[in-house]
Amino acid sequence: MHPRLRKYIPILAVLLLVVVIQLIISATGANYYLTQLTMSAYYSLVVVGLCLLMGYAGQISLGHAGFFAIGGYTSAVLTTVNLMPYADSSAVEVLERLGMVLERQDLYGNTLLSFSPWLACIAALLITAAIALIIGVPVIRLRGHYLAMATLGFGLIIYRIVLGTGFLGEADGITGVPGFPLFGLEVSGALSKRISNYYIAWVLVLLGMLLAMNLIQSRVGRALRSIHGSETAAQAMGIDTARYKLGTFVLSAVYAAVGGIFLTHYNGSIGPSEVTTMKSVRYVAIVAVGGMDNLWGALLMSILLNFLSLRGYFGSYDDAVFAAILLVIMLFFPDGLLRAPGLRNLAVLREKAAAALRSSRSRGAEDG
Amino acid sequence: MPTSLATRDVSFEQFFQYFLSGITSGSMYAIIAIGFNIIYNTTGIINFAQGEFLILGGMIGISLSSFLPLPLAIAGAVIVTMGVGALIDFLFISWLKGPSVLRLVIITIGVSILIRESMLHIWDEKVRTLQHFTGTEISSLKILGAYISPQVLWVLGISAVIVVALNLFFRLTLVGRAMRACSDNRTAARLCGIRARRMVTFSFMLSAAIGALAGCAISPLTQTQYNMGAPMAIKGFTVAILGGLGNSTAAVIAGLALGLLEAFSIAVLPLAYIDAVSIAVLLVILFFRPSGLFGNREASALKEF
Repeated sequence: MHPRLRKYIPILAVLLLVVVIQLIISATGANYYLTQLTMSAYYSLVVVGLCLLMGYAGQISLGHAGFFAIGGYTSAVLTTVNLMPYADSSAVEVLERLGMVLERQDLYGNTLLSFSPWLACIAALLITAAIALIIGVPVIRLRGHYLAMATLGFGLIIYRIVLGTGFLGEADGITGVPGFPLFGLEVSGALSKRISNYYIAWVLVLLGMLLAMNLIQSRVGRALRSIHGSETAAQAMGIDTARYKLGTFVLSAVYAAVGGIFLTHYNGSIGPSEVTTMKSVRYVAIVAVGGMDNLWGALLMSILLNFLSLRGYFGSYDDAVFAAILLVIMLFFPDGLLRAPGLRNLAVLREKAAAALRSSRSRGAEDG
Repeated sequence: MPTSLATRDVSFEQFFQYFLSGITSGSMYAIIAIGFNIIYNTTGIINFAQGEFLILGGMIGISLSSFLPLPLAIAGAVIVTMGVGALIDFLFISWLKGPSVLRLVIITIGVSILIRESMLHIWDEKVRTLQHFTGTEISSLKILGAYISPQVLWVLGISAVIVVALNLFFRLTLVGRAMRACSDNRTAARLCGIRARRMVTFSFMLSAAIGALAGCAISPLTQTQYNMGAPMAIKGFTVAILGGLGNSTAAVIAGLALGLLEAFSIAVLPLAYIDAVSIAVLLVILFFRPSGLFGNREASALKEF
């Protein structure tokens, strides 16, 4: 097979797995599992973005729940705001003619006029990217403890703003978020749309993976890895380290925002529990357990842990489980679980065997 | 700030009331910042679990005070929390060989969450208070026209005693001097026969002890709840950075400054945003002057962050 196409094999394999899992779940009549798998998929978008930032650019972020929330909340506010009182104003009329506002009925039969989800989505992405850029310029200059604290502080500020602001619903969050129309389908929590939503989420995740994989196999990825290795050395090689780090920071924030936007439309609501520091720590824990610079590992762990957590297997020990995972990984497997010492030895052995084989072959050739 | 207060017709008594509440919380922040500094100086680690010591100390003090006289309950809380500090060092820090900063950051964050979740399961999510050291919650003293709880004086007094005692400890005792030697140059200290490893354990214990004492002192005023450690830690860290990481004298000044800033922000900001004030200060200081107000820019640029 052409080497260029080879990198699509894992994507196609996972897609096949996704289909098989859906068929098995539907055949056993346990369709409710699909809901948690869909939610896990959206959380995984945050993890994939954070994996790019932590694993490849080597920058920790303890505030990614903040970006998730900026995306989700912006979309929620714009699609639930009622423009009815301004319906006669020329500005709203222009928007209506452009198809940027939608009319719908709420639970009580009142007519609501809100921005269309597509417009809200684009606005949410732009706002997230802008905030990430503004925060990112000073943040990426920091390292170690300072970087951790600054991003933690950013997340906390977003949490405080959400909790203290009336139009963001304060402690209750925002409910009644409409579905997101998507090429004839709709991202929403309706039971009849469970299967289609499962596929929408997974196609988004795999697109996100594809983009991330292309990025790390490109010039950008090599630059990032060199920054991770040694920033000074990378600079000496003429790499604009600040630009690459900033770019990755913004991109990973946008990944988080996409997850936030779609999960909000899927759940029909978003609340302050999505913005807590613990959520941010959880994303970091998943990237760490996946192996830091291992996109597939991060994705696998994200689906596994989020699914178990959403199904309630950890009970009231949910946060403690994630903290314990984080500790065990950082204490005993700082390079990630999937690259544990045993497996590394295995890889070394395999390489040695291959080398021995090569040398014996060449010797054979000489003899012949 | 004074102009906005004047426009709201705040009397001197109210101004003084704000001032007192500012220095009360400020002195707490300073104690947490000193806790950060003690561990940072001997190990180069920022212990994200610092705020947890405060809450753990308060919780243990409250439980012990139900069957022990108050001074014994507080002493018990300090000793148990010291033990937890030593245990953290023993389990999670002592045996790591040349760990990276990122690894240590994540480890101490994990420890702080574990302590918090343990507190949730050992006690519960209820808000608790330790009894007032003297008097009750309704007793008050009138100073310069402002009414204050006697506990405020206890908090200020205990903070002052901690600061003075630590200063004497680091200057006059052999262990204190050994810890300072380690923070100055660990290799040289070891060559002089100082057990650097043991000093790290001491620093965790000392830091836990002052945290627990402060946690007991503040509990009657602000109450104690299992999840209050992280917000306290971030404020303490803000103060530590503001004063310049590792500089405990400056931390006292920075702590009072942040406490006052918060207290007077109430005049202009909704209550829900007050916690955001200190975090905004943290971000501004990190972005524009990470060496702190009193720190040396060049010296901090050389440090390993």
